[in-house]
Amino acid sequence: MAKRIEVSDLDIFYGNFKAVEGVNVSIEPRSVTALIGPSGCGKSTFLRSLNRMHEVIPGARVEGKVVMDGQNLYDPDTDPVAVRRQIGMVFQRPNPFPTMSIYDNVVAGVRLNGGRMKKSDTDAIVERSLQSANLWNEVKDRLDRPGAGLSGGQQQRLCIARAIAVEPQVLLMDEPCSALDPISTLAIEDLMTELKDRFTIVIVTHNLQQAARVSEQTGFFNLNGVGQPGRLIEFNPTEKIFSNPDVKATEDYISGRFG
Amino acid sequence: MTTTETPPLPTTGRRQVGDSVFAGAAKAAGILILVVLAGVAIFLVTEAAPAITAAPEDVPGGEGLAAYIGPLIFGTLLAAVIALVVATPLAVGIALFITYFAPRKLAQTLGYVVDLLAAIPSVVFGFWGIFALAPALVPLFGWLEDNLGFIPLFAGPASSTGRTMLTAGLVLAVMILPIISAISREVFRQAPALHQEAALALGATRWEMIKMAVLPYGRSGVIGGAMLGLGRALGETLAIALVLSVSGGITFNLISSGNPSTIAANIALNFPESTGLDVNTLIASGLALFVITLAVNMAARYVVNRRADFTE
Repeated sequence: MAKRIEVSDLDIFYGNFKAVEGVNVSIEPRSVTALIGPSGCGKSTFLRSLNRMHEVIPGARVEGKVVMDGQNLYDPDTDPVAVRRQIGMVFQRPNPFPTMSIYDNVVAGVRLNGGRMKKSDTDAIVERSLQSANLWNEVKDRLDRPGAGLSGGQQQRLCIARAIAVEPQVLLMDEPCSALDPISTLAIEDLMTELKDRFTIVIVTHNLQQAARVSEQTGFFNLNGVGQPGRLIEFNPTEKIFSNPDVKATEDYISGRFG
Repeated sequence: MTTTETPPLPTTGRRQVGDSVFAGAAKAAGILILVVLAGVAIFLVTEAAPAITAAPEDVPGGEGLAAYIGPLIFGTLLAAVIALVVATPLAVGIALFITYFAPRKLAQTLGYVVDLLAAIPSVVFGFWGIFALAPALVPLFGWLEDNLGFIPLFAGPASSTGRTMLTAGLVLAVMILPIISAISREVFRQAPALHQEAALALGATRWEMIKMAVLPYGRSGVIGGAMLGLGRALGETLAIALVLSVSGGITFNLISSGNPSTIAANIALNFPESTGLDVNTLIASGLALFVITLAVNMAARYVVNRRADFTE
């Protein structure tokens, strides 16, 4: 299920502006990789480049390679739609489809991939995905109600259920808890710990404690100044980053001296 | 600094004057609209009253008001419905193309061109309908009669001039295209990026993303736009008066030369030669149009307002 992602010499551009420069990193399967760094340093841009979601913005392009399972995601023959079916994403603000029920939200991606399916099959997918997202017990009696009627934390878990329902290889999470209260945040963090047995998880977070709590590997992004491209300054096991980082800038950032 | 006196709250001043002037002006504008509308309604009712109360044989046609106005209402609705059925899918397609598919330059140009359609006077559309569209459609009508004649809509005999109900409906469709596509464009543009990204991240293609995140969001806006277009189609006078060849009563046959007229076109064509009760009859038909249009606009308002309940 889970796969490794190898990124080499990746530059990301918006038009002529170079947003991220020279990223080399290997993202381990069946683990949580956290990306931290100050605002505007390119960590979200980098995350989105992993499933080509940054291409939604006109003029966005990359140079370099992102390889998963021997396939370069930026090969001219690779369809971004196919990439996104392999690499799912959870966003900062919970975004269940407002016109769909909880049930339909969960199977929205499955229906795209599979066309017509038997009701018993989709029922099974809905239950399994909601169980995996720790949401089943809270919503099993109201699957036909609108997804937008849930609380923020429940909506975010619904979005996670929707993302994992299509059985992706990798799950990207872009500050998934920044719009949530501490209790809901805890629920999502517990969920990540459970899901990493099945998926490769990459999370962008501004919450350093969260990175320390959930991740095995941590990458620190920084930029030298406004208008400069962001760089991956340090990538190490989380324990090392938070106790004995190699780079001075990392230490300054995690100890709160800037950012 | 702890002894700072709190100044009394100002009770009068320039801001208050400005506020009351603005509030008064806004209220006056609102009342004016109601007064004008009421004035029109009162005029229509009082002037139509003689025709409504007249003996059936005195009304033009000699069979009573209902028999006179009935075919006109039918013609009005038929032409408007044809226009709506043709224009709405086209307008939605144009709006989607402009907002999600066309390159930016082309989208802008196309947007201007469609908006320009709204600025063309209806008499020009009428002439275009007579001299360009109608002759061009004659072969199509012949084909429809030969091949689809078993459908009552295309029973024929096909008009040799092309000035049929279908032609009139198509001219109207072109005329209401800009308003429907403009409103659709706006609601599609406002579809939340949040949900579009959600769809794309699930591996949706562009079209699948539109089906999941844009069309459901824009649905009520499109319906509202279509209702506004319908309102315009119902009231259109000159283009219909020029294009439609009128003779005969209620028929669903769209391609023959025997068509019911529409209320507005009928008034325009007959008013100059009318006197006495004939005028009252025409005004009574105008009252019917007024009521129909009001009902359509209220329906549109109801549909558009349901967006307020739309939970995001």
